[in-house]
Amino acid sequence: MAGTQSTSPVRTVDLKVATVRELNQALHELAEDGAETDWKILNAAGNHALAVGINARCRVEIMGHVGYYCAGMNKYATLTINGNAATGLAENMMSGLVRLRGDASQSAGATGRGGLLVIEGNAAARCGISLKGLDIVVKGSVGHMSAFMAQRGRMVICGDAGSALGDSLYETQLFVKGKVVDLGADCIEKEMRAEHVEAVEALLAKAGINERAQAFRRYGSARKLYHFNIDHADAY
Amino acid sequence: MCGIVGLYLKNPSLNRELGALFEPMLLEMTQRGPDSTGFALYRDPVGPMRVKVVLQNPALSFDWSTVAADLTQHFGCDIDFRVQHTHCLITVSATEAVVREYVMSDTAPYAVVSIGHHIEIYKEVGLPKDVARVFDLKSVQGSHAIGHTRMATESAVTTAGSHPFSTGSDLCLVHNGSLSNHNRLRRKLAKDGAVFRTENDSEVAAQYLDVQIRHGLSLEEALYGALKDLDGFFTFTIGTSDGFAVLRDPIACKPAVMAESVEWVAMASEYRALASLPGIENARVWEPEPATVYVWEKGGQGRQATTTLARAS
Repeated sequence: MAGTQSTSPVRTVDLKVATVRELNQALHELAEDGAETDWKILNAAGNHALAVGINARCRVEIMGHVGYYCAGMNKYATLTINGNAATGLAENMMSGLVRLRGDASQSAGATGRGGLLVIEGNAAARCGISLKGLDIVVKGSVGHMSAFMAQRGRMVICGDAGSALGDSLYETQLFVKGKVVDLGADCIEKEMRAEHVEAVEALLAKAGINERAQAFRRYGSARKLYHFNIDHADAY
Repeated sequence: MCGIVGLYLKNPSLNRELGALFEPMLLEMTQRGPDSTGFALYRDPVGPMRVKVVLQNPALSFDWSTVAADLTQHFGCDIDFRVQHTHCLITVSATEAVVREYVMSDTAPYAVVSIGHHIEIYKEVGLPKDVARVFDLKSVQGSHAIGHTRMATESAVTTAGSHPFSTGSDLCLVHNGSLSNHNRLRRKLAKDGAVFRTENDSEVAAQYLDVQIRHGLSLEEALYGALKDLDGFFTFTIGTSDGFAVLRDPIACKPAVMAESVEWVAMASEYRALASLPGIENARVWEPEPATVYVWEKGGQGRQATTTLARAS
């Protein structure tokens, strides 16, 4: 591939020379059970769909701001992005670790199934929308409608949350240290028990973020929207 | 989907490079809007008793010297005119109101694209690279520029339906999104004296701001009013004589990124349109908040700009 240097153990791909398609193809060719490889991607320059669909144990470091859907569908890989990310960072990621050093635009971690997404800056609207098992740790704040219809997984928000947090929530657990503008439909504050403090402690440690787990409050589903209510039986 | 870009030069020594810096931003947004392209250029300001008018006629063979002669006779003064592709920039010695009344005639053989003391708007159907070439965008000098690449949703692909839309003296608007209540609002604004030239939803937003400002509201007040009165999706960028403003609707589905360095302030639909700017590696880059008016204006002293964006409360 043009722009690839293979003399060092780290494979460097310069997107001023190589195309996004060439980069993604090279990452897709890594064997699922192959030896772990290291990659460095230069001049991201806001390109869309970088490092999407990796299905192998590798470490990828991206230099610069990234465009839409970076690290989407990630499986096994550890990605670090030294910049900001546009819409849909790590959308539907399956496993592995995605770490964003800057801010994320809307819908970060949307529909994520597993693994850990760490956002060291702020995340905009709809962070963790329709979450299905991924854990998200945000060092800063999240925008409005975050965790909308989120089903499984956990979100740890060290800053504040925008309006309608957890609207129409299923079983995702939400932990917020700062202020919540308001809670969405069927989202309520719940007791922060010892096992929750322990869970938040473990997630913060995994994310490498130094915060006191006891300072977080827990929010979850009141389970009135998605459960059939026997008192309404007469209405049918 | 549409693309928006804006660039304001804080360092006047960069003014001669405005077009060279701005053109790559606009071209990078081709994928977001390949059917029409337009830009507002703020340059060569004239005094209060002179007015710059940009007129358009689709025929490349159109005889603009006849229009110039007619205006010379009507206003009894020398006028300057410069033809570029389908557009003609005319500078007249008269007040803006008088010139506006004369050129906005239904029987005139041209369309009025912009009127003001700083602003010049150029827009056409076509790919950004083609439209930029016919108007020689890359060699333009000036203080700031707003641009738009259009993918039409609400109305036809025509020059008149292209952005930016002039919204009164030296103001213009570009829009990414679609408005749901534009038909009702158009009828309401028409009763308030607004004259519509297209069926375009974005023209309604432009006329809305014009009507509010004519009623004495500031640009910021008018934009906060827009949050209440406009229903739909929008990211707006509004060019002003000495800067620009940005507003996103409260749902904020339509993207926007802003960046500021010591030399310039810029906005775009996507970061990749900013990636070519000099010093972007060290610039502050952020996403404007929903339902928040951002206004960039130069400071009181000459060309010295304020160093932060004012976030109205």
